[in-house]
Amino acid sequence: MFGLNAKDMRSLVFVALLLVLAPILLNPFPEGSPLAQFNAGYPDLMQRFAIFGIFAIGFNILFGLTGYLSFGHAAFLGAGSYAGVWMLKLLTINVIPAIIISTLVAGVFALLIGLVSLRRSGIYFSILTLAFAQMAFALAASVLTPITGGETGLQTSLNDPRILDGARESSNIPTPSLFGLEMGDSWQLRVGDWLWTFNAGYYICAIVALIGFYIAIRIFRSPFGLMLKAIKTNQNRLNYTGVSTRPYMLACFVISGMYAGLAGGLMVSMDPLAGAERMQWTASGEVVLMVILGGAGTLIGPVLGAGFIKYCENIFSKINKSVLEGWFSVFPDGMADFMVAIVYPFVGKGWHLTLGVLFMLVVIFLPGGLVQGGQKIGSWVTGRGRKKSAGAATTTPAE
Amino acid sequence: MSGFKMNRRGLLKTSAAVGAGLAMPTIFTSAARAYTNEPSGGSVTLGFNVPQSGPYADEGADELRAYQLAVEHLNGGGDGGMMNTFSSKALKGSGILGKKVEFVTGDTQTKPDAARASARSMIEKDGAVMITGGSSSGVAVAVQALCQEAGVIFMAGLTHSNDTTGKDKKANGFRHFFNSYMSGAALAPILADNYGTDRKAYHLTADYNWGYTTEEAVRNSTEAMGWETVAAVKTPLAQTDFSSYVAPVLNSGADVLVLNHYGGNMVNSLTSAVQFGLRAAEANGKQFQIVVPLYSRLMAQGAGRNVAGIFGSTNWHWSLENVAGDRYAGTNAFVQSFGEKYGFPPSQAAHTVYCQTLLYADACERAGTFNPCGVVEALEGFEFDGLGNGPTLYRAEDHQCFKDVLVVKGKENPESDFDLLEIVDVTPTEQVTYDASIFGGELGSCNAGT
Repeated sequence: MFGLNAKDMRSLVFVALLLVLAPILLNPFPEGSPLAQFNAGYPDLMQRFAIFGIFAIGFNILFGLTGYLSFGHAAFLGAGSYAGVWMLKLLTINVIPAIIISTLVAGVFALLIGLVSLRRSGIYFSILTLAFAQMAFALAASVLTPITGGETGLQTSLNDPRILDGARESSNIPTPSLFGLEMGDSWQLRVGDWLWTFNAGYYICAIVALIGFYIAIRIFRSPFGLMLKAIKTNQNRLNYTGVSTRPYMLACFVISGMYAGLAGGLMVSMDPLAGAERMQWTASGEVVLMVILGGAGTLIGPVLGAGFIKYCENIFSKINKSVLEGWFSVFPDGMADFMVAIVYPFVGKGWHLTLGVLFMLVVIFLPGGLVQGGQKIGSWVTGRGRKKSAGAATTTPAE
Repeated sequence: MSGFKMNRRGLLKTSAAVGAGLAMPTIFTSAARAYTNEPSGGSVTLGFNVPQSGPYADEGADELRAYQLAVEHLNGGGDGGMMNTFSSKALKGSGILGKKVEFVTGDTQTKPDAARASARSMIEKDGAVMITGGSSSGVAVAVQALCQEAGVIFMAGLTHSNDTTGKDKKANGFRHFFNSYMSGAALAPILADNYGTDRKAYHLTADYNWGYTTEEAVRNSTEAMGWETVAAVKTPLAQTDFSSYVAPVLNSGADVLVLNHYGGNMVNSLTSAVQFGLRAAEANGKQFQIVVPLYSRLMAQGAGRNVAGIFGSTNWHWSLENVAGDRYAGTNAFVQSFGEKYGFPPSQAAHTVYCQTLLYADACERAGTFNPCGVVEALEGFEFDGLGNGPTLYRAEDHQCFKDVLVVKGKENPESDFDLLEIVDVTPTEQVTYDASIFGGELGSCNAGT
């Protein structure tokens, strides 16, 4: 179906189900229970899962297929964000132009940066992209303040022209919508103690993410994708045989940048504010972490990695001292204090520490990322009866 | 192998079918609430969104302490603090409208993006009915817009830019803290008295909306009395080393350096300026001077001896009632209960967020509801006293508080670690009041969400 083989179809269906059922899957604990702290099924975080999933999928097309490590992908996300907010300000509050234009703007931006950066490969390419991204950040944060809002960020406001929307009716800033369906609209479903929130904005992100995932599969399986893998394997040999690799690389870089721009456009469609810090190098580093953590070069890995990191960021960082004290209050006093002291550095502000430790463990023991972990568990479960096919069952990710 | 995979798929299909089956008979409960996050049950959740990292982390930590104290007092614990001196007596120490006050915290990182994400998760996940805090105007403006959109009340914390209740004002947002305009208006006469009217000023300005309006306000009010502005240089908010910005000052022909910096920025830039010998220098035949428009005790503590003799303005200081009399009642009550709990006096950031929490709770009590529109109505034009700043008005036109402004000076011989600022003058409200329309912007109408 859709020109996919059975295995890819299964991945697509798997991702589709994950996306559709996310509001239920992410809220496994009943409301009001102590474990409700770990529920992630609220609109903001679900939107982030889908958006950063798109970002990571796009990054993986570049890094996973060609092995070119870009350290400046956040610049495209930022460029897309600013373009998106300007569309919401100038054209219409409908999110469609914002999403389309932000993708295109990021594509043009990627073309310009790609033309220069792709003259080099390896570490030099990484440094060039990093330099461009930092330049973009500095521009956004101070030089281009009239266009980007500087450190304050760019927001929609009451007296924006919005030429396609006609005269404004209410005295409040309109919220981004899709033909009247506001991104913040949610339906809540209560089953027993569980409360599930189905959010319009999230499902739009999810649909776009699914389309993005499908396109990524097609690119992976196309002759174009094969050429990209060949570049990763041995670019020199390709050049010697007379194949010009640059157009392929440039196309790949632009596609990857457009994914990032799309993510940026969706981000501002969900929450119409673009801040300069989303272009900073730490943001570029984050997407590298997502892809490596999930499994570079695999189809589903980046999505898992993105979800994993965003979950840590939003859930662990909200566990503060009083929450910990609540958990450990069953222990005797001294013991409870001791446990709090041990755990506290790893949650709240210290969630980066937890992430760092997990990242190290993954890189050391599962070089193929979470996907390899899943495969290991899978082959362990199925391979116990028939030990023979342990090697055949693990498909080595195209690391 | 394939058999297993079919099973997994089958399992997923089944779970999808079960999910759909569960969904079928249940009615979607959209818009069952009268307003966003209407509290159900015996408690109400407030969201405290403060910087726990970045240049304003010290202020954030102190704000969090004050919030915890305010919650304790609202729930009837402790000695009641300023609830005893507050002119409105609606609060009884039994929570708000009989509901126990609970709170969630978040880290703004002093970045608008992160602050909004944190505020959104408080509203969507934790059901916060009011968001408060912040120690940066960039963050305050961003979060205020979010709260307006989501239909919850935003009680601004430490934000001093004119924009918060000026060009970016919102119907659901309220600010107790003073602003750049008031600082300029209060400082200018004192500066003229002490440094004369023919000075040349050099501004270093934090590169975001607070820096801009503060620079503008100080420029306007000092130029009006005859000062000249030689140059104004913007510095990035995340900057920690200001030596390259301070170095050119002495040769610029200026004889006053105005540091439109706050928190960690100000501590670092002032230290740099002192290390470069600016305070000992002479320019244009006059002693070189440094001015810090917005001062706080936490900053003075960070900068140590360097603050001695430097003028600035502040919203509140813990010694106010002792120095300026019982017009500022409430100050001592607050300092005492804060000091008892934490062992040191509160900063102006702690004071303003404590007041904001009490003012919100009181408005809910008087309105008889948590509905943002009811709260807005109760707060607009509200006149109160006994919260440490003397008689205060919450102006209806822009949701800005109007009260006396303090001009302070770094003490030459501090008696303790906390006794670093000396109150030079208390500028009366009339002198810092301005017309609500001068900064533009539109309040809009209150939004209660779905």
